[in-house]
Amino acid sequence: MAEHRPGAEPAIRVAADGKVLLAGDWTLRALSTDLPDLRAQLAQVPSAARWDFTAVQRLDSFGAALLWHAWKRRWPIVEGLGEAQRRVIGRVAASSGQLRPGGARFGVVDAIILLGGALLGFRSHALGFIALFGQIFLDLAHLLRYPREWPLREVSANIHKVGVKAMPVTALVGFLIGVVLSYLSALQLKIFGADIFIVNILGLGIIRELGPVLVSVLVAGRSGSAMTAQLGVMRVTEEIDALAAMGISRSLRLVLPKVLALTLAMPLLVLWTSAVALLGGWVSARLELDLSLGFFVQTLPAVVPISNLYIGLAKGAVFGFLIALIACHFGLRVRPNTESLSVNTTASVVTAITMVILADAVFAIATRSIGVPT
Amino acid sequence: MSAGPVVALHDIVTRFGANLVHDGLTLEIQAGEIVALVGGSGSGKTTLLRHIIGLTRPAGGTVRLFGEGLRDGTVHERIARQRRFGVLFQQGALFSALTVGENIAFPLKELGVATDAELRDLVALKLAMVEMEPEHASLMPAELSGGMVKRAALARALALEPELLLLDEPTAGLDPDRSAAFVRLIRSLHHELGLTVVLVTHDVDTLAALATRIAVLAERRIVSFGTLEETLAQDHPFIQRFFLGEHGRNALARHGGNY
Repeated sequence: MAEHRPGAEPAIRVAADGKVLLAGDWTLRALSTDLPDLRAQLAQVPSAARWDFTAVQRLDSFGAALLWHAWKRRWPIVEGLGEAQRRVIGRVAASSGQLRPGGARFGVVDAIILLGGALLGFRSHALGFIALFGQIFLDLAHLLRYPREWPLREVSANIHKVGVKAMPVTALVGFLIGVVLSYLSALQLKIFGADIFIVNILGLGIIRELGPVLVSVLVAGRSGSAMTAQLGVMRVTEEIDALAAMGISRSLRLVLPKVLALTLAMPLLVLWTSAVALLGGWVSARLELDLSLGFFVQTLPAVVPISNLYIGLAKGAVFGFLIALIACHFGLRVRPNTESLSVNTTASVVTAITMVILADAVFAIATRSIGVPT
Repeated sequence: MSAGPVVALHDIVTRFGANLVHDGLTLEIQAGEIVALVGGSGSGKTTLLRHIIGLTRPAGGTVRLFGEGLRDGTVHERIARQRRFGVLFQQGALFSALTVGENIAFPLKELGVATDAELRDLVALKLAMVEMEPEHASLMPAELSGGMVKRAALARALALEPELLLLDEPTAGLDPDRSAAFVRLIRSLHHELGLTVVLVTHDVDTLAALATRIAVLAERRIVSFGTLEETLAQDHPFIQRFFLGEHGRNALARHGGNY
């Protein structure tokens, strides 16, 4: 075993009388070093040739498959083939052609099937989502009748996880967005000499619109994906089945605390992020327009009606509810394989962000006459 | 075949935090043997197997496979060495996103040597070797029963024509009937392919039916390495408990021994 390559190199030689002489190891390991060359040599052998195996030392099923395909799946005339080697080739011959190549052609019918599948998939998602939505309210009704069963620990743990722990990242992003928004607006406002309107722009823009949407996108990516992945892995490892077997409702213990926690935590996160974004806006305004903090704080309530804050907080609660519900919906649909886990986690985040923006549009239309100075 | 042990473990030391698992463990496995590694729960059997595969690295000592150090040579030489053994993990570890057929074809496809037609035939062949039907190739691992998962995983372990087969609890979780069938399967593959097999087990039935030699892992090292008769002659307390407890005695009696 001292030399690096035990056994002999596979070799093929055509003798003067047309006999094909094989030699060496016809094993996967020996063959894989110089396979293209050997294939080319095998391809040149005429189909009626006789094959001599006398010098073949070892033959494994890969070597046998290689030869069998070189022989166009028919036994040629062979010589010097040992009993064991004949069995190896015989086994390859016996199982050859049993697996059909998968039909990879894509036709009109496949397109229709694909379209129909997508529509049915959408329908199933919609039904599942509505069922989960209803289940949340049934669970709430149940909890009102049996107040002792409130999953308060889970709710509080979830609030900590999705709310408290998200504060640094939302603050950082909020601050930077505030700085950028304020800087860009200040440049324009300076041209018109309308410097003090920076407070209106920042106040309305951040409190009413940017704060809730910004936090939703961050939370969907941060907590929504985590919820989907957690439920998904619990499905893969049968933990959800274990819960069901103990007679514990999965919606009550797993879904409701997440939905409730995010619905409660999101308005607080929106408040926090909006405040930090306004601070960032002021910092930028201070540098660019020399606006004092006192003036900024005094003017803000005067130019931004308080109803905007309520709209922002309400949006936060609704978006949080949607994100958590969508995350749980996709998490519970994970099938026990890794591919399904990744597909559902992606779908959860994308759907949550899309739905949040759709809901934001609905909010914009529904509240178009509230809190906007005309 | 070649001289020298296929697997050589020398002075292995393994530590998990403050917990010393192996302390100066030495074991040499010759070509063509079926060695069963037995030991109590937490005695580090699976860890030893992972050392051999190279998934973990012992704190001390050397692991040599086929006469070469496990981490010797260039990256290519290391990869080539890893392709000389096949592993059957305890849970099968089939790739859940691929079908059974794709799982078995995966190592060969990675190697990039076989044509599609050859691949299909080789997959059908490996399936036949582990006594599965060609139709099973299109199933997903999630659709298989426990015994089928083990068979499919074994077929994948055999895909690269290994010289050494490492099995982690091959019969755990199988009913006695399936378990016996799986043991027969491994024995016939060993016979036909001339493999060296290392298996971790704590099933007396399996090792009595399969192993040519038994390595007993206790007190952080190999306390006994020999045939079943030689092992039973030892009066180490673990061996006495393991083989000559009620369950062990029944299992041995089933395999025709009179101990």
